[in-house]
Amino acid sequence: MPQTAAIEVKDLRFRWRTGLPEVLRITSLEVARGERIFIRGASGSGKSTLLALLAGVNLPTGGDVEILGETVNRLSSAGRDHFRSDHIGFIFQLFNLIPYLSVMDNVTLPCRFSRLRKEKATASGNSLQAEAMRLLAHLDMADEALIHRPVVELSVGQQQRVATARALIGAPEIIIADEPTSALDSEMRQVFLHLLFQECEETGSTLLFVSHDRQLEHLFERHIALDEINRLEQVV
Amino acid sequence: MAILSLALKSLLNRRFTASLVLLSIALSVALLLGVERLRVESRNSFANTISGTDLVVGARSGAINLLLYSVFRIGDATNNISWKSYKKFSEHSLVKWTIPISLGDSHRGYRVMGTNRDYFRFYKYANKRSLSFHQGRPFEEVYQAVLGHEVAGELDYRMGQEIVIAHGAGKTSFTLHDDKPFKVVGILEPTGTPVDRTVHVPLEGIEAIHVDWVAGRQVRGLNISADEALEKDLTPKAITAFLVGLKSKIATFRVQREINDYRKEPLLAVLPGVALQQLWDLISVAENALLIITLLVVAVGLIGILTVMLASLNERRREMAILRSVGARPGHILLLVTGEGLLLSLIGIAAGLLLLYAGLFLAQTYIETHYGLHLPIGLPSLREWLILVLVGTSALIVGLIPGYRAYRYSLADGMSIRI
Ligand SMILES: Nc1ncnc2c1ncn2[C@@H]1O[C@H](COP(=O)(O)OP(=O)(O)OP(=O)(O)O)[C@@H](O)[C@H]1O
Ligand SMILES: [Mg+2]
Repeated sequence: MPQTAAIEVKDLRFRWRTGLPEVLRITSLEVARGERIFIRGASGSGKSTLLALLAGVNLPTGGDVEILGETVNRLSSAGRDHFRSDHIGFIFQLFNLIPYLSVMDNVTLPCRFSRLRKEKATASGNSLQAEAMRLLAHLDMADEALIHRPVVELSVGQQQRVATARALIGAPEIIIADEPTSALDSEMRQVFLHLLFQECEETGSTLLFVSHDRQLEHLFERHIALDEINRLEQVV
Repeated sequence: MAILSLALKSLLNRRFTASLVLLSIALSVALLLGVERLRVESRNSFANTISGTDLVVGARSGAINLLLYSVFRIGDATNNISWKSYKKFSEHSLVKWTIPISLGDSHRGYRVMGTNRDYFRFYKYANKRSLSFHQGRPFEEVYQAVLGHEVAGELDYRMGQEIVIAHGAGKTSFTLHDDKPFKVVGILEPTGTPVDRTVHVPLEGIEAIHVDWVAGRQVRGLNISADEALEKDLTPKAITAFLVGLKSKIATFRVQREINDYRKEPLLAVLPGVALQQLWDLISVAENALLIITLLVVAVGLIGILTVMLASLNERRREMAILRSVGARPGHILLLVTGEGLLLSLIGIAAGLLLLYAGLFLAQTYIETHYGLHLPIGLPSLREWLILVLVGTSALIVGLIPGYRAYRYSLADGMSIRI
């Protein structure tokens, strides 16, 4: 079976509601498996919107979104939610964690919704908890004292690392990070990215990384300027 | 279920607010069930007052009035029945037994009832239970008395003690029949009915203490001693009411009509069951009002849940976006929020039951001794289960309101995180 692309977008159009202007119109976008991509664009240009379409949380108004060979916009709503939990890990900008869950429960949260990721996480014979600990250790978060603290007491950098472990658990094929470093200082940013890259490499995950911070750009092998691929102007 | 365990953790995280809401639900449920149990038991004890009697007969007045004075010893008869009329119907071919009742005197606030020994044979209460003796036996002589259980208990009377009967009812009666004391020869077992608060003496005793009385006053100079009175004819001239047991229930309406149509004296015969029902209907207005108030208290508790959940919803939109990103469906979000409400109410209901039983356990003896009402600590009745199911269902519906809002939010927000 030939390896399909990680992401393939064709003639994508999107508007939030009828009556609102179109936000996205992308003729084609292709991402190969294992690629690390930096996506930039002005605020309000539609970066987060694009990610929501890729994740199948929102449906395109026109065109197709293919992820790992699956046309997600053709799936049922439950099917899309299921697909997302199986194949995509998310890291957001801030406050990524469920406040009432422990560090451990936050990291293993995706496995509550995806049996596939639970199986993958425990494939090595480890328990789910042991796998979570392994990931946390890789991210320099294995300190027992930290793990048992309420997540709201963790520093922002620590919270982002817990969120990263959550995105990585069960080795989803695609990791989507929406400005995960904007709340970190520049030194922390480097450390964080380094850890993220290392983990993606280990699992062979494709990384989509959205940021305003052009200082980070050079660390990625491919860059996409959303304003350039978004052909809105031409239709207006 | 994964989502419900999340709901539980979320609740534990907000345990202070959650426990306040829980307390309000528990208290309201305990109150509701307590009132219901009190209602049912008082109704039962009410219906248990008299049993096995087919007709209650008195002078013509209202059915409820007749029942009140003859069975509940409340109020007074407007008129008496002549001994002749009583005799006639007691010898009626369809009548199996009769119990004459003569009221009007009292002993330290307790009614004194003149009757005969048939009372101890035929009077039945609750589920056809006969009277039984705690101590002693029925009276045999004129100046003997049998006490209801409460009378003996409250006044600390013993067997063989002599008591004096006061003329008229009420505690403040000053004219005493102190020249003719009665000797206690029996104390009845408790019945939970007005029998417990009655002093029973023979009809002849009532007659004897009144031999030197005319028109409610003691005649001056006409002092007839207790022994002299025994020489006289002590057959009563009138009684207050009588209870009738028939040979066959089928004859009830026939005998009732015969008594009501009796030419020589205006009489009234009522079926105790029917009269009790009428009396209860009168009381049940207040009872229903009480039930409605407690239902409202439960509603207030549920609205408390709703308020707390709706208030927290907005600050939880971020949490929902995160859950969506890890694959939660909007339906999961609905389940999470509704499940929280449902968990709160179910725990609240369980705590309410616990409170009810604790309350019953503590108050049972008090209520029994002070109000003569026995509240059994049994499993919830079918009606009580229904009430609980109703409360649970309302809680589910109440929980669906914030649940549905969260569902709408999570559809609209998707993964975009909003504060
Ligand atoms: N849920 C929504 N409903 C309606 N319009 C929305 C919604 N979310 C975003 N938008 C609109 O879509 C456009 C793109 O928003 P989006 O969040 O994708 O921008 P962005 O590139 O991620 O910006 P930023 O860098 O500030 O995060 C904006 O004009 C925004 O107002
Ligand atoms: Mg954005």
